[in-house]
Amino acid sequence: MPSAPTPTSRERILAAIRQNKPSLQPLPERIDWGAVPTNLITPFKTMLQAIGATVVEAADYETVRAHVRETFPDVANIAVTVPELTDLADFSLAVADPHDLELINLAILPGAWGVAENGAIWLTEQEMVHRALPFITQHLALVIHRERLVATMHQAYERIRVDKTGFGAFIAGPSKTADIEQSLVIGAHGARSLVVYLLG
Amino acid sequence: MKTNIPDHATASVAFNRDESYVDWHDETLWFVRQKRDRAAMALPEWEDLRETASQIKNHVLSNLDGLLEEFERKAQANGITVHWAVDAQEHNQIVLEIMRGAGAKQLVKSKSMLTEECHLNPFLQKHGVEVIDSDLGERIVQLRGEPPSHIVLPAIHLKKKDIGELFHKYLGTEKGATDPQYLTEAARQHLRETFLTRRVALTGINFAIAETGGFVVCTNEGNADMGAHLADVHIASMGFEKIIPKTEHLGVFLRLLARSATGQPITTYCSHFHRARTGQQMHLIIVDNGRSAQLGRPEFRASLKCIRCGACMNTCPVYRRSGGHSYHNAVAGPIGAILAPNLNMRENADLPFASTLCGSCSNVCPVKIDIDKQLYLWRQVLAKEGYISGVKEAGLQVAAKVLASPTLFKWTFRTGRMVMRTMPFVVGNSLNPWFDDREMPTAPKESFRQWWEKIREKANAEEVKNVEAFEKLK
Ligand code: SF4
Repeated sequence: MPSAPTPTSRERILAAIRQNKPSLQPLPERIDWGAVPTNLITPFKTMLQAIGATVVEAADYETVRAHVRETFPDVANIAVTVPELTDLADFSLAVADPHDLELINLAILPGAWGVAENGAIWLTEQEMVHRALPFITQHLALVIHRERLVATMHQAYERIRVDKTGFGAFIAGPSKTADIEQSLVIGAHGARSLVVYLLG
Repeated sequence: MKTNIPDHATASVAFNRDESYVDWHDETLWFVRQKRDRAAMALPEWEDLRETASQIKNHVLSNLDGLLEEFERKAQANGITVHWAVDAQEHNQIVLEIMRGAGAKQLVKSKSMLTEECHLNPFLQKHGVEVIDSDLGERIVQLRGEPPSHIVLPAIHLKKKDIGELFHKYLGTEKGATDPQYLTEAARQHLRETFLTRRVALTGINFAIAETGGFVVCTNEGNADMGAHLADVHIASMGFEKIIPKTEHLGVFLRLLARSATGQPITTYCSHFHRARTGQQMHLIIVDNGRSAQLGRPEFRASLKCIRCGACMNTCPVYRRSGGHSYHNAVAGPIGAILAPNLNMRENADLPFASTLCGSCSNVCPVKIDIDKQLYLWRQVLAKEGYISGVKEAGLQVAAKVLASPTLFKWTFRTGRMVMRTMPFVVGNSLNPWFDDREMPTAPKESFRQWWEKIREKANAEEVKNVEAFEKLK
């Protein structure tokens, strides 16, 4: 008689789980909280400042443009994925290898959603063009319309389809670390600074 | 106990040699705990969130097989290659095979406690693969040839002087330089070079979503993203309990995680991976390594709900004054002490005794694991199973002290039997070192049990007081 085939690791793990798991527990029905404040802009700005970002309220793209020129004078290698601001770019993103992005000093990207409770901004690879871009750039600028603010993470996830693209991220502030004696240092491996332009 | 590895009590004595250093460690972690309190109290719905997170995780444990199968199906549809590993050895072997398949001999790795648990780095090194840990704290301990001492703050046991010396030696920073900004910049340059040259990157996973077949990785430094987006091959490893049913549940967990860990409202980067970028390969390894056995222990299975925030460590009076390395386990602190005996009762029999049972860990845990209760229960299980062989030896040491001290002798006489009845090992592992550093206690009039209940109440009352004080500040 042929012996039974050796179970795969997958089968062994699933069998052990089935044997050992407790009886089915229901999922909670309610998963969102938080009174919705009428004014989302103030908490969003306060949070961003608290996490090390700069916030600029801009009436229009012209204001953004002027501010970028003033804040980053003589900066070369600027990549832009905001259609209205492409004239600020001097670095083409038409590269095949993301390693080439290493030279970028400033990346200006549109944010899809902003979360007032923590200052996080959601963007997908559609906005990034290259996944590495918002991380590898020395400095990051995100442009977001004020109508795109929501109060909490619950509300953000109601509006986002996380698998619409292959990659998406909440970005909250510049990269940071406190691994040396708990002293906060801005500029770990990702962007050294973040400026958020709040449009409208 | 593991041969050559001192037990928790012995290692704590070593950690306590430099008092000012221990005080710093203690206060720094308490400061992180206070930041957690402020972040938590800013949300009126905090307790509801904890309860919801706990319920979601209870559901997950009760439906792990179904969720993992759904996840695998969706992940495969997303083009991710899914592997299953029964134990650490199999996990490490899978990583090595992927490396070989890619013809790569260098790996860049972001934070993953699972790979620490599996001892992946030494395994790969033995097979000629160089591993570079890219989280700053992890890189620091890696250069020192040490494991992380904290799951969120890997180098919390070091002072900037130590790191300055280390970086001078390995990264060529100026001798005597200790400025964190300067040292971080040096590491940034050094690791940028690494990110740009490694073709395979490994990341951990904070949450895997069954509904969509994707996963979320959270960092503050951006190192997971720098590694993954520049590599040709992305390997992501997860303990199977990291699965959550739906995207909407991320809202609950991401609101809790960073607030509990460091008091931040959210980590800087919460990256959602669903498909490889064009030309890239994505592998995902689902690991058991003792988890299914833990699932089968009704009184201990809740430990699998852990989201690795580290809050229980920051609040633990024993952890703060003994350091992560004294736990001789990848995950230290209260959660480590209830996870480790599951993996190996003999080697980790001392860990559930590294606690005062004050209950502070359970009070801060964002997924409401009954950590202190499990510590207490593990003591009983370990005693029953005969895994506290060290008890005899420790008992003799206590005996020697007792005989030398009339005050202690009297006290022991009155309470000893009771203590021995409730928790036999406490005598060997908690009281003994206790006396090393402290004034002798006066004889308690109440039973241990009464004392314990009172201490618990006091700890709870203090929590409430903290909350009230904070409310007033606001
Ligand atoms: S046991 Fe709870 S508090 Fe401790 S690390 Fe896990 S989730 Fe955080």
